[in-house]
Amino acid sequence: MKPRPAPPPAATDALQALQADVAAALLDPSRPPPPGLQSWNGACVAQRFGIHRNNVLVSLVDALADAYPVLAEVVGPDFFGALATDYVRAHPPRGPVLAEWGEHPDDDFAAWLQAWLPARAPAAGLPWLPDLARLERARQRAWHAADAEPVPPATLAAALARPQQLPAARLRLHPALSALASTHAVVSLWQLHQGAQADAQALAALDIAQVEAALVLREGDLVLVRPVPAAEAGFVAALAAGRSLGEAAADAGPALDLAAALARLIGAGALVGWTAPGGPVGAPDEAGAARAPTRARARAEPAA
Amino acid sequence: MPRLRRPDAMDCPPDTDTDPGAPAGIGLRPPHLAALLRGEAAVDLVEVHAENHLAAGGPGPRALARVRERWPLTVHGVGLSIGGAAPLEAAHLARVAALVERVEPLHFSEHLAWSGHAGRWFNDLLPLPYDAAALQRVCDHVDQVQQALRRPMLLENPSRYLGCAASTMDEADFLVAVVRRTGCRLLLDLTNALVTAVNQGGDAAAFIDALPADAVAQYHLAGCTPDRDALGAPLLIDSHARPVDEAVWALYARALRRFGPQPTVVERDQDLPPLPVLAAEADRARALMRASARRAAADRPTGGAGGAGAPGRPAAAALRPVAHR
Repeated sequence: MKPRPAPPPAATDALQALQADVAAALLDPSRPPPPGLQSWNGACVAQRFGIHRNNVLVSLVDALADAYPVLAEVVGPDFFGALATDYVRAHPPRGPVLAEWGEHPDDDFAAWLQAWLPARAPAAGLPWLPDLARLERARQRAWHAADAEPVPPATLAAALARPQQLPAARLRLHPALSALASTHAVVSLWQLHQGAQADAQALAALDIAQVEAALVLREGDLVLVRPVPAAEAGFVAALAAGRSLGEAAADAGPALDLAAALARLIGAGALVGWTAPGGPVGAPDEAGAARAPTRARARAEPAA
Repeated sequence: MPRLRRPDAMDCPPDTDTDPGAPAGIGLRPPHLAALLRGEAAVDLVEVHAENHLAAGGPGPRALARVRERWPLTVHGVGLSIGGAAPLEAAHLARVAALVERVEPLHFSEHLAWSGHAGRWFNDLLPLPYDAAALQRVCDHVDQVQQALRRPMLLENPSRYLGCAASTMDEADFLVAVVRRTGCRLLLDLTNALVTAVNQGGDAAAFIDALPADAVAQYHLAGCTPDRDALGAPLLIDSHARPVDEAVWALYARALRRFGPQPTVVERDQDLPPLPVLAAEADRARALMRASARRAAADRPTGGAGGAGAPGRPAAAALRPVAHR
């Protein structure tokens, strides 16, 4: 911490103490408002402090509803309000950028929901709700993720021309891309809520107890949810975890259609780096850059 | 097509000759983005919240770049916690500074309030005592922001529901002290001035009159919602959920007389109307600035030659901060 010209310690402590008291009371309705606050006319301070409590809670519940719109719609406003209030009080944002609220591993909303549901709503029968939250979280992340240029066709051609090196290749995926697999039909559920009005008939007919998977990716200014076979989602998740092409294909199992999976990634511009065993694969004129980190290379390449 | 309104524009019938002296615009909210880019409202200026534009990539930064191509921006911070007892979050300040460098706004502003403590953030603007310790801390933080941004910032007067027992000075004195000590200027939110005065038994006009004539560099206008406290006294909620109150328009006219035309932003966060309805409030602000500029020109002994409406004035004047003399 940098030294700064500080006011007398006692005064600083008073400011710290007041803000600590206010912070504690904002999210805990059982606490009275801190004694350092007052109203000009002697009217009840709690009522006025309640305006701040309401600002905090309502704005954060609304922000959560904006981030998880289908989840909020599926469970309805009362149920969502109850769960969101509990989440806000347990995991308030760690920083002022609300789009990043929940990014800290301890604050993961889907994981929190997984524990909250049996404890607070055991009869609700919503075992698929955490996976729906994961899908919507992936969409939020995809909106805000960094941009990256797809691997140029010449680089891909050079890589594919050396099939013996393919299993050891490491593929770097677009930062907006993620894969999700669920034992429930949350992808269909999410899709059926995309119209102006949810398709009630189709929803009633939906068999929720079936395995579904999807890739969440960005194309242009759109975030897309692409249903894929579960094996393909497993393959992409393994690549994202840093497994080599051969390892990821083995992880995904025999059901994987490797050619189709690669074609989908390439077609979506979701493949942004390809490193062969000896270093990054490049067109001949890029040989000099072969040892540079792939991130730097990707930036140096002209936009397609 | 919407574009920067020029002093000689022929599209504003009652008065097309007088340069309003400063741009009038709106705070951009995501539901209005498409309509704005389609040209459904003519505004001179667009304000964005810094914390909504810090994404690493994707559609957000591209949309902001498209807006920036067509309108001057102001960037309004809602999360630096200038009034926080704890040091500013250096990483967050660096991201805000990078945004400001990228979009080159007319102004960057933040609130005289705090919003986070001990690693928790409340998405609200919380009250601080107006005493020597808080003044020192706020000045340190304003200095730090101005160094990071390499420009003076604007500090916005807050809306207050509560006083602090520790306060030893009133809000105007506190703000003036910050201005004098840091070289920052003020974003005068006339709704906040009204809300605070009503909620604290004060006088918004007296608050305005207590600020130095050269201290104000931008205005905010918004709607508020009337309520009553437990004793039946009026209580105003700074809801940003309604059109700008007539009482706020009256304060704006008073401020224009004292501080002159300055970039003016109409804010709305709840119950968003269609974009043109919101933009009509910016039109009203522009008309008031024109009227104020006309009056100022008439008051000048030379009859206003070389004044705000002079034909030789560059149309891009509104693009520069502090175009008003």
